[in-house]
Amino acid sequence: MSDNTILDVKKLSTHFFTENGVVKAVNDVSFSVSEGQTVCIVGESGCGKSVTAMSIMRLIEDPPGKIVDGEILFQDKDLIHASKKDLRRLRGNDISMIFQEPMSSLNPVLTIGEQITEPLFEHRLLTKKQAKQEAIKLIELVGIGRSNEIFHSYPHQLSGGMLQRIMIAIALSCDPLLLIADEPTTALDVTIQAQILELLKEIKEERNMSMLLITHDLGVVAEVADYVVVMYAGKVIEQGSVLDIFKDPKHPYTQGLLQSKPVLNQRKKRLYSIPGQVPNLIDLKPSCYFYDRCEHRMSICGGSIPEKMEVDDNHQVACWLYEKEEVRT
Amino acid sequence: MEETTVQTEHMAKYRKSNLWKQVFRRLVKNKMAMTGLGFLIFIFVFCMIGPFFSPYANGGVDAININQPPSAEHWLGTDALGRDVLTRLMEAGRISLTVGLGAMVMSVFIGTLLGVLAGFYQGIVDQIIMRTADVLMTIPGLPLLFIMAAVMSEWKVPAENRLYIVMVMLSIVGWSGLARLVRSQILSLREREYMHATESLGLRDRRKLFVHLLPNIVPLLIVVGTLSVGGAILSESVLSYFGLGVVPPTASWGNMINAANSLIDFQNRPWLWIPPGVAIFLTVISINLLGDGLRDAIDPKMKSR
Amino acid sequence: MDQKEPLVEVKNLKKHYKDSSRSLFKRNQSVVKAVDNVSFTIEEGETFGLVGESGSGKSTIGRSILRLTDITDGEILYKGKSVHQLSKQELREHRKSFQFVFQDPFSSLNPRIRIGDAIGEALLDHGLATKKEIREKVLEVLNLCGLAPYHIDRFPHEFSGGQRQRIGIARAIIMDPEFIVADEPVSGLDVSIQAQIINLFSDLQEKKQLTYLFISHDLSVVEHIATRVGVLYLGTLMELGSRDEIYENPLHPYTKSLLSAIPIPDPTVKRERIVLQGDVPNPANPPTGCKFHTRCPFAREKCKTIVPEFKEVEANHFVACHLV
Repeated sequence: MSDNTILDVKKLSTHFFTENGVVKAVNDVSFSVSEGQTVCIVGESGCGKSVTAMSIMRLIEDPPGKIVDGEILFQDKDLIHASKKDLRRLRGNDISMIFQEPMSSLNPVLTIGEQITEPLFEHRLLTKKQAKQEAIKLIELVGIGRSNEIFHSYPHQLSGGMLQRIMIAIALSCDPLLLIADEPTTALDVTIQAQILELLKEIKEERNMSMLLITHDLGVVAEVADYVVVMYAGKVIEQGSVLDIFKDPKHPYTQGLLQSKPVLNQRKKRLYSIPGQVPNLIDLKPSCYFYDRCEHRMSICGGSIPEKMEVDDNHQVACWLYEKEEVRT
Repeated sequence: MEETTVQTEHMAKYRKSNLWKQVFRRLVKNKMAMTGLGFLIFIFVFCMIGPFFSPYANGGVDAININQPPSAEHWLGTDALGRDVLTRLMEAGRISLTVGLGAMVMSVFIGTLLGVLAGFYQGIVDQIIMRTADVLMTIPGLPLLFIMAAVMSEWKVPAENRLYIVMVMLSIVGWSGLARLVRSQILSLREREYMHATESLGLRDRRKLFVHLLPNIVPLLIVVGTLSVGGAILSESVLSYFGLGVVPPTASWGNMINAANSLIDFQNRPWLWIPPGVAIFLTVISINLLGDGLRDAIDPKMKSR
Repeated sequence: MDQKEPLVEVKNLKKHYKDSSRSLFKRNQSVVKAVDNVSFTIEEGETFGLVGESGSGKSTIGRSILRLTDITDGEILYKGKSVHQLSKQELREHRKSFQFVFQDPFSSLNPRIRIGDAIGEALLDHGLATKKEIREKVLEVLNLCGLAPYHIDRFPHEFSGGQRQRIGIARAIIMDPEFIVADEPVSGLDVSIQAQIINLFSDLQEKKQLTYLFISHDLSVVEHIATRVGVLYLGTLMELGSRDEIYENPLHPYTKSLLSAIPIPDPTVKRERIVLQGDVPNPANPPTGCKFHTRCPFAREKCKTIVPEFKEVEANHFVACHLV
């Protein structure tokens, strides 16, 4: 894409080999993140959005999981074939990740201070005193007062929102170029979610950091994203700028998703609902995976998997409905 | 809703089997557990059916052929009374296995009953049951068994009945651990939302207990029960070895090893004590392998749900 | 509306937990006021939405109304009868007419019971029908809840989250209750499935003239389904009114900030947002005066000391705030 692309995921496929068969959790996924950009991956549970993030971090447990195909380039470095040592240098340094459950991502027997300073020793080789100063600065940066007190407290003494701020502080400790946030606000209350989103936006602006945000909440996407990737059953079914996706969604699934969410101050007699369930990822048929639930299905949809095609500048959709348009343009 | 139907049909193909079938499938894949199970089946058949094919059944004493080493007539030799060791081994196995299984069934019954009562009704019932269990657990099992066995000898219990008394003794010592496990399981199950649901539906206690709680502890009972058979066989052997459990002429693996008590038998006539020793060893190991396998087969399901 | 007796009347409900966080040497016994003096009524046929963040006591209120938990003080009247003073037998009778739908569709079904049995067992246990009638009735509610007849012999693990929630609803409606408390029934579900379940609730209400207490943290869901809404904060009602009043004319600063905090799925809408400072205080040690004053952008001196009265500022619109 553009020259300042920092993360480029090409045809990534991650499968899990289970007792019942092969689960194609991520299936031929491509997208890229450029400098200072916020990319959101949205989708419902089981669509492969988290597995995509984990694959980029190379945190897929093997076995049963395995990246079976594709390329992940971070600043033109190949992450899939990187050595353990290189990976360790990258993680927490150039790429950081925050998770959904801040409570379980922190070690309960270490103080907040010990956990913030850890990566500082590891990656930035600071002395103890410098590290503490830096940690206090980070705690203040994520909007927590009483930084000294927090430094010496244990995770169980803090609330979920506070802990998520601490997680962000840890993630920021080494000035990452890319922050991957996996459902960072899902476990939090709305008022706290608003705080965390504000914070992430601010920090991103300030540091010109790139962000890859994984979420199921379209509201959050509209709020923070520049570019949106919509996933369904392990595949990218649509991707485009945030305006394209929300104002001119092409894929019937994206359209349905947007319509089925109740929105404040937009009352409808009845919610639109997509019928049926997400398909089982084992033994997917060679059809559009949305076929069973789609309103616009045609005969071709049941027979072959649609390829992603460009409907607009930077707006791609994997749906047979737009095949003709493709040919026309 | 037609689509829903299509989807579920599709999904059901993979998960049609019920929980027990899945457990069984996982168990079959476990080689160690299957080895254990195979050996247990073998030993059962060996002990239960074996004696019918032996010409020396029912403890025939043969004063001429005493302490014979293994030979073509007596595959494992004969003992001090000229009885065929192989036959005795099989007959002893019947007793030992019966004691093991019987003690297990009794202690599982007592333990489950008391554990369920304690966990479900809590309060004073719980206090009484659990404090009794605590007291039992503070007394080391073996000395307690010795004392009970000594009392039994004092009362001159006939030899053929001692077998049952031993089972009762073992289950009295054995129930407390199980009751604790069952109680804690019930306590955690009570907090499941489906138990709250039974409350909101206004179901009777009887139904909550027998339909909702008990079936959910069956996996636990199977695993603990299986493993405790091994323990019971060992305890019986120890008691019988000291002449406090099953006493001659009734044979048990424990009192057969008693032969190793005398230095001459120990040194010169290993056919007297090695076979029962090996039998105990292999049986207990097989039971433990099977029990571990069962636990592994049952657990993943319990974890994920 | 005033002449008719309300279906449910909650009067000065209080529920306190003793939080005995005991360590070996110290013994701190503090009282958590999970629900602190809450009063409201639910009229027949309406959907009362109860919203609040975690720790606001909304679930506790729902469970108290159906007597799934004991209460510390106050009274709950169901059709004029005090629910918490019923004998065990009377309660069992009452259980037929009010039901609960649980949040977690995974843990609310017993994994070892076929769903036909799970749905029908209440009829069986209450002796309301024969086995054959039960099967018919189960098939009927399965159909009503959008499930297929062959599902009847399946086990819970064969179903997805949305389908399980349908099963939970089927189980609740089989005894033809009049009143259903739904505790976060859609919060564990994906958006596309959530819409299905919300629609199911609406359809059932229409077909069976049900009254709902709909508990949720999601204000947009509540706006869609509720006719009246109560906003809880730390166990206390902050605002109560018709849906239109609450959403179009919110008076309490907390309600306002809650509404403005919800992200709207439209990137072109830029809103003035009230971002609240700080966290929800620990309910074991709630702020004095107005409980919201620590986070309220408009807090004044008197908010710190004096508990605001829960007053009717407009017809049927109650607010607990000094500034209104």
